Amino acid sequence: MTKYYNQKIECMTKEEKFTLQSNKLVSVVKRVFQNVGWYREKMLKMGVYPEDIKTIDDIEKLPFTEKHDLRDNYPFGSFAVSKKQIVRVHASSGTTGKLTVVGYTKKDIEDWAECCARGLYSVGAGEESTIHVAYGYGLFTGGLGMHYGGELIGATVVPVSSGNTPRQIMLINDFSADTLCCTPSYAIHMAEEALKLGLNPKNFPLKYGVFGAEPWSEEMRKQIEELYSLKAYDIYGLSEITGPGVATECEFQCGPHVQDDFFYPEIIDSITEKQLRMGETGELVFTTLSKEGMPLIRYRTRDISSIISDPCPCGRTTVRLSKITGRYDDMMIVRGVNVFPSQIESALVGCDSQVSSKFMVVLNRINNLDTMDIEVELVPGVAFDEIKSIQLLTQKVNSVVSSAIGVSANIKLVSSGTFKYVEGEKVKKVKDNRKI
Amino acid sequence: MIINQIAVFLENRSGRICEFARVLKDANINIQTMNIADTSEYGILRAITDNNDKAIKVLKENGFNTASTDLIGFQVADKPGEMHKVLQLLDQERINISYLYSYAQVGSKTAAILLKVDFPDLAIKILNQNGVKSF
Repeated sequence: MTKYYNQKIECMTKEEKFTLQSNKLVSVVKRVFQNVGWYREKMLKMGVYPEDIKTIDDIEKLPFTEKHDLRDNYPFGSFAVSKKQIVRVHASSGTTGKLTVVGYTKKDIEDWAECCARGLYSVGAGEESTIHVAYGYGLFTGGLGMHYGGELIGATVVPVSSGNTPRQIMLINDFSADTLCCTPSYAIHMAEEALKLGLNPKNFPLKYGVFGAEPWSEEMRKQIEELYSLKAYDIYGLSEITGPGVATECEFQCGPHVQDDFFYPEIIDSITEKQLRMGETGELVFTTLSKEGMPLIRYRTRDISSIISDPCPCGRTTVRLSKITGRYDDMMIVRGVNVFPSQIESALVGCDSQVSSKFMVVLNRINNLDTMDIEVELVPGVAFDEIKSIQLLTQKVNSVVSSAIGVSANIKLVSSGTFKYVEGEKVKKVKDNRKI
Repeated sequence: MIINQIAVFLENRSGRICEFARVLKDANINIQTMNIADTSEYGILRAITDNNDKAIKVLKENGFNTASTDLIGFQVADKPGEMHKVLQLLDQERINISYLYSYAQVGSKTAAILLKVDFPDLAIKILNQNGVKSF
């Protein structure tokens, strides 16, 4: 039976939701206009004033917020309250230098915990659960977000953080954890390490996996559910908006439910910046409706998704996201074709039992022509004594991957363990050596 | 005679062969034969050691994709025509050779030929019947 953490909110009618979101939007726009100088300037430049915003449908009139706005106003220039009211800061690692800093008031932390609590309930965890949190703790929001959510539902939280995989495996079993929170790639890594130690992850006490912080495919979900005896659920979040728990899947695994009383999602065409309709794929944009410390209006996430508004059998009326298929920031343009690392990963899962889904793309430009090498790790224990077997396997992987991405790639098989897994956070999958 | 060999997949990256040798040294394993078949992107290192089972175990622990393969081995005189004789006998029977390596020790009058073939039992029978000794 479906358990709701906050049934009144999660199952409210469309009309109730419209009123709630509208009221909250009016309020947050006023607060930002008043307290965040650079956003006020954007509004003035566009000729939009707080009084123009009357309902949630007016959101389209408002200017966007982009990551560079946050960096340009490093560290605290985007806070909408005085520093005195900020009880915590988190920061996300920037690929280019400066961190993106986020500030939370006491109420922001409580709201965030509620989002994670709703998510944990929706996957099936509860008061009796033991939640093993293997997301990194610290400036990264993953660890502490799930931690507070777990405590709020009254579960036993094990704040193990990232690293030391053999110890993680031991604790999951010794403490009988039923819920595992980590990145999907770490879940696979941990299963592989367990198998090396002679342990079958199928025998672990885990029932629910709450996986996020990186895009992953349906194929990876199948792979994880085959390795373990758990059901793998997608959790979506980003520190700028709050952290994990912005959206979490329910027992029906049909796309993460957005906590849309807190975060209003839109999908836009990333080039024309026009709102797209329900079900259309484009860039995901979020407005924080309740946040005090650092409310963001129409924040462009660079994540690619679509919004699903069909009713979910779980009874929640919150909108859902389709699986994040990639990030505009990860998109490579190879000989004019758009290629996402997630497409390569999907193609590799299930391509051949001898190759893993761990890979690294290396792009070069030789004589004005882009070349795309994809180094793919062999599965541990796979071995050859003849060159021709390697060539046959390489050809097979080459044709599967090239047809999936629509551009010819050069597959290079590499030994298992070549790509050292940096535990806890995101994995770099592309090395672009082109001087463009 | 069937001779066991280990085969290790190596991508072309500096230090990989040295790393292979270090792993065996640390496990106190002696390398008796070793050769490398190379392509532009990877190679296969084939070796026989004094303890192949242990070698495979330690290599796998160190992340090497390692296979165990059985070869057939023959001892011939170290003189012109011996290799041709072996190859001709196999060719007559249409026994395909995947790969072969051969070595002669300095000061010894005999040489060893190690092969991987499609039909090892048949190859041994044919060669032995024609006076080529297994070792």
